[in-house]
Amino acid sequence: MSQLFTFHWQWMLAILGMGVATYATRLSGLLLMRGVVVKGRAKAALDALPPSVLMAVITPTILMTGWAETVAGVITAIAAILRLPLLATMVIGMGSLWLLKTFAG
Amino acid sequence: MFLAYVPLAMLWGALAAAKGFAPLDALAMSFFVYAGASQFIAVDMWKEPLPILLLILTAFIVNLRHFLMAASISRHITSVPKWMQPLLMYILTDEAWALAERRALSGPLSLGFYLGVAGPLWPIWFLFSALGAVIGQAMGNLAALGDFALAAMFITIIAGFWKGSRTGAVIGVSALVALLARFYVPGRWYILLGGLAGVAIAALLHVEEEVQGPVDTIEAGTP
Repeated sequence: MSQLFTFHWQWMLAILGMGVATYATRLSGLLLMRGVVVKGRAKAALDALPPSVLMAVITPTILMTGWAETVAGVITAIAAILRLPLLATMVIGMGSLWLLKTFAG
Repeated sequence: MFLAYVPLAMLWGALAAAKGFAPLDALAMSFFVYAGASQFIAVDMWKEPLPILLLILTAFIVNLRHFLMAASISRHITSVPKWMQPLLMYILTDEAWALAERRALSGPLSLGFYLGVAGPLWPIWFLFSALGAVIGQAMGNLAALGDFALAAMFITIIAGFWKGSRTGAVIGVSALVALLARFYVPGRWYILLGGLAGVAIAALLHVEEEVQGPVDTIEAGTP
């Protein structure tokens, strides 16, 4: 029987803490920055934040797991650069990994 | 537009279930955190013993971009009562922000328009997260699939942020530092270290434009 709720207090603490941290980013933009325009170097740095963090997240999976993951990562990147929809890109990526592992492993 | 959230929420719920999340746990995180990218990253980091402080710090850094978006939106909602503005910020996401900014280009941003685009996304996100967790529980262990599914999704999002060779330098440095940190630093610090290294490179490579055109201060474009 699968459960509906785990009641781990550490889990709830992490979730609430992440919620407060996230809301803090949104609220501080409203309260601290009324009318201030962020530009130049600070804006370039903040703009780079999402792709930079996401790349760091996937580095162990793509570059440190095995050659099949690396090749499938390149194939996924090509599909993404061709601007295929998100789900199509994911299917291509995961399908190519499965093919590589099944037939070339 | 609302439909784009459904498969993402369900995928996130299924990946969370693979890490032991029950449906109400998934619902709680999507309800309280409500930030897609940081939730996917958190699930990736979710391992006992739970690195609670690192999870919170990472969520903060990953979502710092909302600081700029909120700042930008605040210019357009001055007609909304002050007490209501903090509530509007709670449901500010990349998608809601992009649509609201586009609207603000052609006229004032009304409370109704903002609530119309940002309002439904929140319940869609947390309800379908829970549904995804139910399906994930039923399908058993998706963890093996999950790692690469996450990578494939993030590759797609990174491509959406692509703005030329400087982006290449950012993700190259991020990957290199993350790789080294994964080898030499215990735990999951490689995410923050790699991410901040990429940001530092972006700041270093930044060249002030000679002519400031009438371009909006923040470009649209996070998926």
